[in-house]
Amino acid sequence: MKNGKNKNRIALTGGAAAAEALKQIEPDVMAVYPITPQTTIIETFAKFKADGEVETEVIEVESEHSAISACVGSSAAGARTVTATSSQGLALMNEILYIASGMRLPILMVVSARALSAPINIHGDHSDVMGARDAGWIQIFSENTQEIYDNTIIGMKLAEKTKLPVMAIMDGFNTSHCVENLEILSKDQVQKFLGEFSPEKYLLDIEHPVTFGPLALQNSYFEFKVQQEEAMEKAGREYLKIAKEFEKISGRKKDYFEAYKTEDAEEVIILAGSTAGTTKDVVDRMRQTGKKVGLLKISLFRPFPLREILSALKNAKSIAVMERAISSGTYPPIYNDIVNGLYQSGETKKVQSIIYSLGGRDIFAKDIEKVFEDLKAEKISKEIKYIGV
Amino acid sequence: MKYHKDIFEIIFHARGGQGAKAAAEIIAQAAVSEGKFVQAFPQFGPERSGAPTKTFVRISDKAIRTYEPVIDPDVVVVLDETILDSETVTANLDSDEALIVNTKKTVEQIRQKLTERGAGFEGRIYPIDANGISMEIVGQPRPNTVILGKFVQVTEAVDLASVTAEFGNIFEYKIGKEATDKNILAIEKAYDTI
Repeated sequence: MKNGKNKNRIALTGGAAAAEALKQIEPDVMAVYPITPQTTIIETFAKFKADGEVETEVIEVESEHSAISACVGSSAAGARTVTATSSQGLALMNEILYIASGMRLPILMVVSARALSAPINIHGDHSDVMGARDAGWIQIFSENTQEIYDNTIIGMKLAEKTKLPVMAIMDGFNTSHCVENLEILSKDQVQKFLGEFSPEKYLLDIEHPVTFGPLALQNSYFEFKVQQEEAMEKAGREYLKIAKEFEKISGRKKDYFEAYKTEDAEEVIILAGSTAGTTKDVVDRMRQTGKKVGLLKISLFRPFPLREILSALKNAKSIAVMERAISSGTYPPIYNDIVNGLYQSGETKKVQSIIYSLGGRDIFAKDIEKVFEDLKAEKISKEIKYIGV
Repeated sequence: MKYHKDIFEIIFHARGGQGAKAAAEIIAQAAVSEGKFVQAFPQFGPERSGAPTKTFVRISDKAIRTYEPVIDPDVVVVLDETILDSETVTANLDSDEALIVNTKKTVEQIRQKLTERGAGFEGRIYPIDANGISMEIVGQPRPNTVILGKFVQVTEAVDLASVTAEFGNIFEYKIGKEATDKNILAIEKAYDTI
């Protein structure tokens, strides 16, 4: 083990890992707004640009709204386009998110998911990305720095294949600021995996003039939206295909989600992001004492691979869905998706909704152990439980 | 009973601006260069200069999955002894584990201070005058990296050569060869202290 048998094994923060992936992608354009609440992603990437390691056109604009607007223009013009944001920045982009997806623009956005104000808090939770879940973007969550590196590359290809924008999501601070080991591919491998970006239609194709995002009134708007939704539905299968291609070159297993010891599990926790790592340790420890527990970690969240998730849950007796976001006035998003699926398939499993770690509050292994124990003891209610409040 | 028996866990206590993050990064990268798995991350609090901070490092032969803050350390490193007045730095530090403090005080004086705070500690205490060594050799207070020499001597968690090599990797382009060599000399001196 000494002297690092794998020379590609390095240690980076999640932000730096995303920047590394972006360097290897070397997009034509990266439009960014480089102040708080930005992340280390763009400052790292800006350094690559300054050092001449990438030829990407880095456009510094005056707000996040302008950053995504510049991305829309650039992508429509036919350029491979990326951006990165977080928290309030994503919230400010909201209006343009729908324009990007409605115009079917394959923009990749790396998001360091964080809390939204007020009160002011810049720490990790999923409020920002959950707030954007209906904006027509594909959303992929990542557990650790390795996954954020992988999903940044997968996300770029997925966007271009599906003509839908993609958010590759990491947990703000928990992963974005945590130095961890990861393996990276060579730039050649990444470039070969992505292939050249050759959009079917683009604005700078002056031989074949087209219009993007024109007026579509009562007689056609609806059709546009239904077609967009069909594309989103198909994007699930495309994701799996691309993820499997990536698995071949990286050797890292990829799927819609990770079913960790769920096969015979009676109690299952469902969650997305970095807490999956902590939960796996808890699962292993509880299994040593004979407790049949498991974890289903959400990776692809939009489109939601409902059928596949349900089949992984078939042996579970009870389920807890743990989320780092509130959907004000109702249950949080993943819980609603899961319960909807179970109802459709006639299942009567008990499902507990749990909200945890808003605004970066620590979550401990003992908290997760208690969730499993409560499931086992059938302490399951319709009330949302809040951990540590 | 320690939860993560196969992971070596470290907490740095410092004040914002004292370079605990750089120290943690050097240890982590040194361990990576030895083929180990690591995590290094700050306690995600407000980043105010002068406020007490915690920085965590994990080292293991196996992949590390947990994202909990470190709550049951194998070793605690205190970069600023005034933190002993306000924080219980020995929380969950067992009698077979170690506390390293940047101080001119003696073992007995530190132990006495901990007892006065109602946090009596039975384990090993290693005072090191990292400020003094740093001023003497580097001419600037850089206790954050100097103390790593003592850390390596006490824990053997990573090799001294890996630490000094990482110091060079991270700092040489910022501070130049001469200053880097002096800093490395100071780290080595801290390693050689009794």
